[in-house]
Amino acid sequence: MPQYSDEFIRGILRSTKTIAMVGASGNDMRPSYFAMKYLLDKGFTIRPVNPGLAGKEILGQKVYASLRDVPAPVELVDIFRSSDAAPGIVREALAEKDRLGLKTIWMQLSVINDDAAALAQAAGLNVVMDRCPKIEYGRMSGEISWMGVNRKLIDNRKPLLFGKGGALKR
Amino acid sequence: MSEYGFNTLSVHAGAQPDPATGARATPIYQTTSYVFEDADHAAALFNLQVFGNIYSRITNPTNAVLEERIAALEGGRAGLAVASGHAAQFIVMHTLMQPGDEIIAARQLYGGSINQFSQGFAKFDWHVKWADTRDPESFRAALSPKTKAIFIESIANPGGIVTDIEGVAGVAKRAGVPLIVDNTFATPYLIRPLEWGADIVVHSATKFLGGHGNSIAGLIVDGGKFDWGKDGKYPTLSEPCPSYHGIRLWETFGDMAFAISCRVLGLRDLGPALAPMNAFLVLTGIETLPLRMQRHCDNALAVARWLKAHPKVAWVSYAGLEDDPSHGLQRTYSPKGAGAVFTFGVKGGYEAGVALVNGVKLFSHLANVGDTRSLIIHPASTTHRQLDDEQKKTAGAGPDVVRLSVGIENVEDIIADLDQALAAAA
Repeated sequence: MPQYSDEFIRGILRSTKTIAMVGASGNDMRPSYFAMKYLLDKGFTIRPVNPGLAGKEILGQKVYASLRDVPAPVELVDIFRSSDAAPGIVREALAEKDRLGLKTIWMQLSVINDDAAALAQAAGLNVVMDRCPKIEYGRMSGEISWMGVNRKLIDNRKPLLFGKGGALKR
Repeated sequence: MSEYGFNTLSVHAGAQPDPATGARATPIYQTTSYVFEDADHAAALFNLQVFGNIYSRITNPTNAVLEERIAALEGGRAGLAVASGHAAQFIVMHTLMQPGDEIIAARQLYGGSINQFSQGFAKFDWHVKWADTRDPESFRAALSPKTKAIFIESIANPGGIVTDIEGVAGVAKRAGVPLIVDNTFATPYLIRPLEWGADIVVHSATKFLGGHGNSIAGLIVDGGKFDWGKDGKYPTLSEPCPSYHGIRLWETFGDMAFAISCRVLGLRDLGPALAPMNAFLVLTGIETLPLRMQRHCDNALAVARWLKAHPKVAWVSYAGLEDDPSHGLQRTYSPKGAGAVFTFGVKGGYEAGVALVNGVKLFSHLANVGDTRSLIIHPASTTHRQLDDEQKKTAGAGPDVVRLSVGIENVEDIIADLDQALAAAA
């Protein structure tokens, strides 16, 4: 499993506002749907990309056929496809890099492709492989602790109150 | 977190200052339920799509701190707190076993585990094959196509035999089944079974982890390394789950799938939830685990040496003694110490054993181990009473056997009490 520091992951999650989710599924029991739902709940904008569902909606978000069609800005491309598909997706992403303001290529659990990673890094992008942003957000916020997960970090500060929009919003 | 030491993790792992109030100590969330933000949020929680609390049978924020702490101390991926060590074992088996399946378990086990496996589990058509904790080959010999797990104790009840975890782990790995280790007597302070190839660790946190004899509790730690999808042996984890709309728990949760399945299936359906008050007390105990365990071990070694030289003592079984058969394994697996629980044989057999436990004035005669207080029991007449004579012998609980759990009192006082009781007994 590739190693990333907590600072690196936290920095990416904090500076990302919009995620293009390549391989998003309309099936509400698929892992990509779980991740999308969670991240939407946390205030991220998600642009699902799935040619088979183009024009339809997942969780109220319009689905795009490819990264070419996704509106700017997008800071992070999240790959929910096989490791073999990763280099092709990274090439598409790099073609849109300036238009979108892309900063990070993120590959999901068990998606590992060193060629794709090298391509992205050479273009100046952050690369994360074999991770899920839902799990990493859950680690950093402490929410994943409720499932007894070893977050591998120690907090000495009170975390911000969670909840859609914070404590005072209704 | 690999940069933090064990003592630091014992105090801090899993804990955050409370988000609502800033409280530093872990609050006791004495609540059964938790409000939903809206109906959509409620549905997402029930579907496992977002993290959150619904009902304290399934998750509780106080228990969660304990779960993360034990996972961190054992070097595991995730933990689950349940009502007792027995409940932990029950839930682990419930997740792994189908009717007709088998586990291979060491004969040298806590009597309660022997009963649970041979009597309680038989009702579910889960079968146990017995092997010798001193001989990894005996586990291999007991394998069958129906074997789904192997179960051992790292330091075994009652005589403190140290198991060659790596040896048994090799057998388990080649057979494609997980190795479950009951690490109650050692605690992760002495031994971390996951580092030696175990896949799952269970604890009676009632004992040394809680450490103060005040709370019954159990813990499961998922090592996060086992491939639950291989060969279709564990359909609960690899096949569509009917009560969660067909998600495959192994596919959805990856290296946390076993711990999460124990929670959202076993704990959900069987119900042995840990009270948050108990979780709090066990957590508080764990903060001093390193200090207590070292004192337990140092005291126990002194007591064992004193007993070995005593004319009324026939033999002592303690891995810390240089001539004990387990001593070599203790030096390898548990260099800080051999634990605090061991047995000795009092000359005069059953009657002398009974007289001894009746004669102590500092030791408490009761059924427990791993308390700050020194404890004594005669297993043949109590903890192993429900086994037959043959089972008692193979479990190390013959008629002359006395078991001690050495506490953290002044060692001179501990020895003085045994001295006067032995003088009166035999």
